[in-house]
Amino acid sequence: MSWYLSLPLILPFATAIICYLLRDRPSGAWVSVAGSALGLVAAIVLMALVLQNGVVAGQMGEWPAPFGITLVADLLSAVMVLITAITALAVAIYALSDVDARHGQLGYHALFQILIAGVTGAFLTGDLFNLYVWFEVMLIASFGLLVLHGGKEQIDGGVKYVALNLISTILFLTGIGLLYGQTGTLNFADLAVKVDAVENKALLTVIAMLFMVAFSVKAAAFPLFFWLPAAYHTPSFAVSAVFAGLLTKVGVYALMRTFTLVFDHDVGYTHTILLWVACFTMVTGVLGAAAQSDFRKILSFHIISQIGYMILGLAIYTPLAIVGAVFYLVHHIIVKANLFLIAGISQRLTGGSDVFKIGGLYKSSPFLAVLFLIPAFSLAGFPPLSGFWAKYIIVKASLDESLWIVAFIALAVGLMTIYSMTKIWAEAFWKDHPDGIDPKLSALPGRTALLVPVIGLALLTMVIGLMPEPFVTFAERSAAQLLDPTEYITTVLGPEAMQAADPLEVAP
Amino acid sequence: MKSIILIAGSRLLVALMTVFAVYMLLRGHNQPGGGFIGGLLAAVGFVIYAIACGTEGARQALRFRPTDIAAVGLGFALFAGVMAAFFSDDFFTGQWLFINATPQDKGIPLSSVLVFDVGVFLVVFGSVLSIVFALEEEV
Repeated sequence: MSWYLSLPLILPFATAIICYLLRDRPSGAWVSVAGSALGLVAAIVLMALVLQNGVVAGQMGEWPAPFGITLVADLLSAVMVLITAITALAVAIYALSDVDARHGQLGYHALFQILIAGVTGAFLTGDLFNLYVWFEVMLIASFGLLVLHGGKEQIDGGVKYVALNLISTILFLTGIGLLYGQTGTLNFADLAVKVDAVENKALLTVIAMLFMVAFSVKAAAFPLFFWLPAAYHTPSFAVSAVFAGLLTKVGVYALMRTFTLVFDHDVGYTHTILLWVACFTMVTGVLGAAAQSDFRKILSFHIISQIGYMILGLAIYTPLAIVGAVFYLVHHIIVKANLFLIAGISQRLTGGSDVFKIGGLYKSSPFLAVLFLIPAFSLAGFPPLSGFWAKYIIVKASLDESLWIVAFIALAVGLMTIYSMTKIWAEAFWKDHPDGIDPKLSALPGRTALLVPVIGLALLTMVIGLMPEPFVTFAERSAAQLLDPTEYITTVLGPEAMQAADPLEVAP
Repeated sequence: MKSIILIAGSRLLVALMTVFAVYMLLRGHNQPGGGFIGGLLAAVGFVIYAIACGTEGARQALRFRPTDIAAVGLGFALFAGVMAAFFSDDFFTGQWLFINATPQDKGIPLSSVLVFDVGVFLVVFGSVLSIVFALEEEV
């Protein structure tokens, strides 16, 4: 059983090694595509297994939980691994044309695969300390990818990115230390059982806040999002697409995992803070986007505002709201990675990324315009695309709880999202190019590799939008698992773990 | 700066430190030592060589690019984990082979854990050297 869990991790590492040894040859990029395709197969198999059997857990090296290295896949983990694999394959194909031989030689493909391994590991780990280790794997690989171009702008963005992430890491480690001091374990399932027995509830809340701040930095939530718009517009488009799609979502995933499984002792306090963090994140993100003119900077600020919706789902903490958060997480990764890939194509066609200095895309490449409209409308929440259902569920969940102001903010932010999407549309697509360039898609070299992933991700958005039923059912099952972690705990620790949780039996 | 004494001495030191590094690697399973320390010691040997003969000379003496060595080391470590698949165990379960084992004595124990340690050795050796060489050449 455990090989199904470890294969999504082994494959990217093995691909990274082969890519690195082949870095001087053009075949390195194709190895990356092949490795990502195999990774997707492994992720699909894992998903099928979890759908069939429920939570799957495995102990690496056969050291039993809670002492060994545990990998766990519940529905949320499995779907995140699957989405990661889909994004990885899309970006690997895109990189065939976007990443030139020089960056390939510097180890782009190897770093990319290690980043994917880090993200997958963070989704699969069943242990708080290993989550920290996977965060580090991600951080090192993403820093390498950021500074690969070696320009002043990239180093500037990279240093801000690393500095803020290091602060988050320190808080995270402090929290881990304190939590271990209180409970004597770091295994998620074991923690879920043992935090109930901690007497010092006030300290537990402090620890919860440390984790909240640490993961909020990773997720780019208000007020700790500054690193994201400073860094995401600097690297190559293939890199920024995978960053935009996946990295912040790992922070959101970590929040969802810890604040449903471990820190649910004082929901009134912690989740109220999360609620306001979510509202401020939505508003500041969308206002920031309105003030920008760079294609990727607008999109970067939109990541922040969308992160707000996901945290909102977690903060409301009703079954429906968690369903919305899970649905939003999946929808957002696909849409956002796609928009960044399109931004890359538009830069190649028009020669710039400042929307006021480019134009003419609608006239010369109508196909690209259609491809842009699909994820852009989906992001803004137009029916019948995937974003509509995601927003609908979240807004309905907040109305059900009579959170009128919150629901109003969520709807208003959706409207503001359309405003900045219209800005991109009017400037980059509709008006004529100010320098008279005719950005024809048919004249673009290597366009197949650039367009295939964009079309694939756009189709996926449409499928989720037109047939939301199975996806919502899935999100409901996944939310039920998150809110009732009994299955998670018994799968990792064995069926007797839940009985031990009863404090009356523990007492001598 | 070229110093005959340093060059002659460093050749001896490189050999000595590499042998000592391998010794540290092998005793690491039950006693202080292991792949990480061994890799650092071996890297220090080549750093001394690079100070004496220049990084160009050290790169030639090394034959392979240090980052390649690190990548191969990562491959070794990964292979040590995957080896468990051939014995239908979980990922990273240690596999043991006892040569000339008798009921009283375990003989010569060989394990996949050692392969993992060799991988760590190569990763540390390769990455430390690539950092040091890059810093030396920048100036």
